Amino acid sequence: MQNGKINKIWELLNTVPDPEIPVISVVELGVIRDVVFSNNNYIISITPTYSGCPAVKTFQDDIKICLKENEINNFELKIVYAPAWTTDWMTEGTKEKLRKFGIAPPSNIVICPQCNSKNTSLISEFGATACKSLFKCIDCLEPFEFFKCI
Amino acid sequence: MSSLFTYTLRIADSSLILGQRMSEWCSKGPTLEEDIALSNISLDMFGQANGFYHYAAQLDGTKSADDLAFLRNEREFFNHQLVEQENGNFGTTIVRSFLHDVFNFLFYTQLANSKDETLSALASKSLKEVKYHFRHSSNWLVRLGDGTAESNAKTQVALEELWMYTGELFEMDALDTELLNLGVAVDNSALKSEWDKMVNNTLAKAKLTRPEDAYMATGGKKGLHTEYLGFILSEMQFLQRAYPDAKW
Repeated sequence: MQNGKINKIWELLNTVPDPEIPVISVVELGVIRDVVFSNNNYIISITPTYSGCPAVKTFQDDIKICLKENEINNFELKIVYAPAWTTDWMTEGTKEKLRKFGIAPPSNIVICPQCNSKNTSLISEFGATACKSLFKCIDCLEPFEFFKCI
Repeated sequence: MSSLFTYTLRIADSSLILGQRMSEWCSKGPTLEEDIALSNISLDMFGQANGFYHYAAQLDGTKSADDLAFLRNEREFFNHQLVEQENGNFGTTIVRSFLHDVFNFLFYTQLANSKDETLSALASKSLKEVKYHFRHSSNWLVRLGDGTAESNAKTQVALEELWMYTGELFEMDALDTELLNLGVAVDNSALKSEWDKMVNNTLAKAKLTRPEDAYMATGGKKGLHTEYLGFILSEMQFLQRAYPDAKW
């Protein structure tokens, strides 16, 4: 019963989008570390991407709304810091979604999401959100965002 | 107040105050990209402070993280005096960040091995961000130092003005030693030689001259500060002081 519900919670969490990058869910982002049942409560462990990322607060609220709408009320969100979040947790499928959205996924080689050229250069180490930096493609000249490796 | 509480608060305070200083650049950065960079770093510092404040609040049991940030007076803040110094020109801000980033990088690297699990986790998390901050400040230091005669001169002046606040970073007091013996705290004095090496290395690339060690300011750990901290707090804490428990 509880295992079934835990699976259900994972499914629901997978429908909560990242507030900044709506094409991927918080599960795909890798911030949901665990869901366990303890003392009649579902404990959902969340790890922040960057310590100061304002999206963390937003998706916590979104998760609460999503679960309550689906009549799950006995849950608790717990922030965990170890192990620290890393872009290594992103699957190939998630990276592909980012690429299609126009964001170069984390990788040692920065590839233009528009024309797939490897001939790219850094514009700024810091972008519109803490997790991204700005690049431009030397071949197709399009500027684009790169999801930093961390 | 337990020693661990005070130790955690000291770390949080330095992050908060440096974050507050860097946030003052928001909308005033020399370029749009740099404005974004400084604000991003500021946000990281607030995030790090928040993690340590939450842990301190948990240790204390009566105060919240927000109480600790917004309802303490100047003499109850334990940040390094370096981080409260004025932003000055862009070069001053870069020098201040650089000196602190090198320290933070070494400090968090060690704190990640702390026997205290929460401090260790927060340090590992912060370390990833601090590496990025270090790259930002050291790249700029080289560009400014090895830039024009004017940028070199201004950066050199900033380095000389801020140098006296670097001695404090490596101090150990009785509380530090007590927690070091328990495997919880970092031996700050042991970070000095590596800090020297990293700082000298970047200064050489930046064609800047390392100032002579002369008088070193001290007192942050005891709650003694330069005139600037009071002004920072009056601005930062205004809302919570004027409208206690305000929420939005």
